[in-house]
Amino acid sequence: MAKQTAIEQDGKIIEALSNAMFRVELENGHVITAHISGKMRMHYIKILPGDKVKVEMSPYDLSKGRISFRYK
Amino acid sequence: MIFLKSDEEIELLRISNQIVAKTLAEMAKLIKPGVSTELLDKIADEFIRDHGAVPNFLGYGGFPKSICTSVNEQVVHGIPSEKVILEDGDIISVDCGALINGFHGDSAYTFCVGDVKQEIRDLLRATKESLYKGIEQAEEGRRLGDIGYAIQNYCEERKYSVVREMIGHGVGRNLHEAPEVPNYGRKGNGVMLKSGMTIAIEPMINLGSRNLVFEKDGWTTRTLDRKPSAHFEHSIAIRRGKADILSSFEYVEQILGNKAI
Repeated sequence: MAKQTAIEQDGKIIEALSNAMFRVELENGHVITAHISGKMRMHYIKILPGDKVKVEMSPYDLSKGRISFRYK
Repeated sequence: MIFLKSDEEIELLRISNQIVAKTLAEMAKLIKPGVSTELLDKIADEFIRDHGAVPNFLGYGGFPKSICTSVNEQVVHGIPSEKVILEDGDIISVDCGALINGFHGDSAYTFCVGDVKQEIRDLLRATKESLYKGIEQAEEGRRLGDIGYAIQNYCEERKYSVVREMIGHGVGRNLHEAPEVPNYGRKGNGVMLKSGMTIAIEPMINLGSRNLVFEKDGWTTRTLDRKPSAHFEHSIAIRRGKADILSSFEYVEQILGNKAI
């Protein structure tokens, strides 16, 4: 049985939560909470509601994700 | 954490994998036009239990059946169902696993149903060949990226595409263990291979683009462009520096005879 890797998907920020968490709506309509990756935090990349981002997800918990890229 | 296995443990893994290989041979006998995948699941389940093993896919992460049957454009993790009836010209990948003595076997083979177009037969042959190209690289001192590169290079030369979302894995006391074994990569990257490592290498190769869609049932994956996809899998151990194939396609190919890919 093949193993599923962290899936990458694009989504749109709908709400900024506390603790650098965001509510993200994925392309397939699912809404998840996602945190911003440490590397992005190090480089002070700001994220605002309405931004398009790339989200990494694990197959084991489909309600959470990790923001790995903010599109311009 | 990558668990290194002793020789005894590798022998136990071989027993599990041989049961899987024989189950796949049973499937080879059954697969013909008009058979439902539900029947394949039932026979495989019985066959595995008759040999004192347990089908380890059943209930793994909530998977409802004992084998994965993925027809044509389905890549992996197809759920057997009475509604899926095999037709002449289809291809079906059967992915099967067995748990005995605490060790997991895992292997997969893609079968042709009746007469299959030459284009698709070529895809199957290339996928199987790429699996062996990958296994060739599995030597002590090489890296996982070498395996991935060998598979990717072989397939992309032939204008096929390699699936990224689904990958091979370590195998042993758990069905999925560290390390992750992608079917793509760069030479010299990734974890270094050591004697005692046991991994399942499973190239999933598409005729069209590499993009996948996850179906609503939560398991089945199919290609976005609905072109066929092939899948072969071997569990191997690295033993005294060399690759040792624990599973086997011999039983399957005896039954298929000259129809084998």
